[in-house]
Amino acid sequence: MSHKVIVPIGPYHPLQEEPEFFQLYVEGEKVVDIDIIIGYNHRGIEKLAEAKHFDQVPYLVERICGICSSSHPYAYVLAVEDLLGTEANVVPERALYIRTIIDELQRIHSHLLWLGLAGHFIGYNTVWMWAWKYREPVLDMFEMITGNRNNYAMFKVGGVRRDIKDEDVPFLKKTLDELVPALDMFKGAVMDDPVIQARLKKVGVLTKQQAIDWCVVGPTARASGLNMDVRRDEPYGVFDRVDWNVIVEKDGDVFAKTVVRVLEMYESVSIIRQCLSKMPKGEIDANIKDIPPGEGIGRVEAPRWECFHYIKSDGTNRPIRHKIRAPSFMNVASDKVAAVGGTISDATLTLAAVDPCYCCTERVEVIRKSDDKKIMNGWDLIKLSHEKTNKVKEELLNGRA
Amino acid sequence: MRDKIKEKLGSKIKDWKEQSARRVYFTVDKKDIVETVKFLFRDLGMRFSIASGSDTPEALEILYHFSNDPSGEFYSVRVFIEDKNNPEIDSITPLFPGAEWIEREMWELIGIKFKGHPNLKRLLLADEWPEGEYPLRHKNEP
Repeated sequence: MSHKVIVPIGPYHPLQEEPEFFQLYVEGEKVVDIDIIIGYNHRGIEKLAEAKHFDQVPYLVERICGICSSSHPYAYVLAVEDLLGTEANVVPERALYIRTIIDELQRIHSHLLWLGLAGHFIGYNTVWMWAWKYREPVLDMFEMITGNRNNYAMFKVGGVRRDIKDEDVPFLKKTLDELVPALDMFKGAVMDDPVIQARLKKVGVLTKQQAIDWCVVGPTARASGLNMDVRRDEPYGVFDRVDWNVIVEKDGDVFAKTVVRVLEMYESVSIIRQCLSKMPKGEIDANIKDIPPGEGIGRVEAPRWECFHYIKSDGTNRPIRHKIRAPSFMNVASDKVAAVGGTISDATLTLAAVDPCYCCTERVEVIRKSDDKKIMNGWDLIKLSHEKTNKVKEELLNGRA
Repeated sequence: MRDKIKEKLGSKIKDWKEQSARRVYFTVDKKDIVETVKFLFRDLGMRFSIASGSDTPEALEILYHFSNDPSGEFYSVRVFIEDKNNPEIDSITPLFPGAEWIEREMWELIGIKFKGHPNLKRLLLADEWPEGEYPLRHKNEP
């Protein structure tokens, strides 16, 4: 029976920042094709940046995304510093350490956020609650350093805007120490749990060749065996001066993507600890006034992958071209291959596994040909996913009994 | 890597600029773009990071950014399209699907037509946006 049904997911959830619209073409339970439609939140930021002067652009690009809101300004200032020379030559030592700390704190909070959502999608609401509970202290650290829990306003060309006070360091270290047992718990909950393994393994597989062809980056690529990480390949901040490892997994499924993110958080904690103890005293800003004509490229390993900014200056105080490539631009497109061949109950999870800040399953229509139209809400899709988790659980229990 | 590119592409390279240790920009003719991209992507195994189009006074310009991840180098291939009224260039999407979206984006925002693109339709702009208006062109600005 080839009875093709279209399941539209999306396009809009007012709480999330990246509305996307997925149309799943399904036959029975199986997803045979997928159409991805984006652009619901196109704000013309590249055009807006052309009307701002160089010091204003960080505030603008910070608002591209509320979750990786330090990656965009960081990539932007790197692009401008690439035009001027290199980051290490332009920026004072202490500012490099502060930039690295902000970048890694952001990675922890973002991965915890994703872990919570993934837990929610498969019906592990405890994981969801816990992940978000332990994300709070990370935001407290942000608040202490930057004054903001989101949109940190730390980055400027040539340095950072605020210093880390000596009297704050003990609190930061203590909070990190308290975070590690929580990470241990998540590691155990994810990697040792037979139900999660059975539920996530071999779901939404992206092979290495597919990852290359679709040009995916970041944890999505590292889960598919591509050994790449901007922090190591083209070190910015002080990533070449601290000890850490790039986490790579081979299988390319949702489980591998989860493992990559969980293990990366340990590395982030270690990086921040090293930075806090090695950080020298000194200036935090090089006070750069003029930007000469030229062009520059900045890239940052954002929590989701490589964030790319290209800047072209004609010597005035505004960029004449500012190209921004957020990582999801490459990774969301790869859903086209990752979700096809799976089932509907896996699709929610696969589409979420690349972490596109995605939760737009709020309004769902199931269309059976054109005469029979049924409107579901996003919860129904999540329920489908929960049902499958429960089925996996029962199978495992029966198998043991 | 730089020698390999120079050796293979030879006289097709117009303007070779090593801005810093990790940044190389070079220009090729627009008719050579598919061959160049194929060589960088397939033969040298670089990762296609993104392409960026821009409107300059003389021509429309596309930069194809390639990342050689093991060495952290970035190679940006520049192409000029002089005919602003009917700008056309060969699509690289048939080589690998990762270029599909960015070509659609450049088509709708700058108005460059990609010949041979399998699915050239709007990506970001609203359906009501007028035909033939390209937001990243500078024609209305002083």
